[in-house]
Amino acid sequence: MILYAVIFYVVAALILASTAMAVTRKNPVHAIVYLVISFLGSALLFYILGAPFLAALEVIIYAGAIMVLFLFVVMMLKMEEVERRGFSMADWMPALVLGLLFVVTAALAVFQDPGSHAILRLAIAMPATFGRFIFEHYWLAVEIISILLLVGLVAAVQLGRGKKEGKVMETAPEKSGKEV
Amino acid sequence: MIVPFSHVFMLAALVFFLGLVCMVARRNLIMMLIGIEIMMNGAAIAFLSASLHWQRLEGQAFVLFILAVAATEVSVGLALVVAAHRQTQTMDPDGYHALKW
Repeated sequence: MILYAVIFYVVAALILASTAMAVTRKNPVHAIVYLVISFLGSALLFYILGAPFLAALEVIIYAGAIMVLFLFVVMMLKMEEVERRGFSMADWMPALVLGLLFVVTAALAVFQDPGSHAILRLAIAMPATFGRFIFEHYWLAVEIISILLLVGLVAAVQLGRGKKEGKVMETAPEKSGKEV
Repeated sequence: MIVPFSHVFMLAALVFFLGLVCMVARRNLIMMLIGIEIMMNGAAIAFLSASLHWQRLEGQAFVLFILAVAATEVSVGLALVVAAHRQTQTMDPDGYHALKW
């Protein structure tokens, strides 16, 4: 059982290191590749925490779909002038101070609770159990989520094409101006 | 059997912290969206550790919903970024001042 603790601390260090690397990279492509490592580590962590189905979903959706989407958008857009200002302390100081304030508050809140020192017991929720639970107790939320995905799809398509409408709107005032 | 609950929760808080710093400090729309993704990942870790602590499945159910919301958010967000880039030719959030005279 000590093996699980060792695996947990190694995976936690891996997640924190790769996420920190991703946050500080200047090139977004490098950041995304580091983030894939971070999400694979998170999937491993999910598995240790007893959610094999969610670990698979994390690999498929986060490390697979979302990061590939980011990569495609980075490749689609011209990113030459990105972050030309570099890392200025004026940008990073407020973020670090606010974030550290949050972490300190969270640590105080967590470590003050006597129940938080309880050692987690190993348990596993098999995908069949999990699916039955979801569709027995949260079927309405699942339907709402599916509608949300549909709305997101429609919004992405509508925002993504948009070019023809923009041209029509740009040229229309000129024509009316000539006629007048 | 494995580790204290507080350690897993602090890992979630640190991941959330990294996402928050990425979101606030970076001056690039793509990196800001990545920060939101990191924060959602931290929230998912917190939900899963709570699920294991109380031996209830609700935490895992909410992680499923977090995954779906993250997927929707990132697809709409990236479509917005592409549309904004088409209009202004910049990825810098300070570059969007079309309403300014």
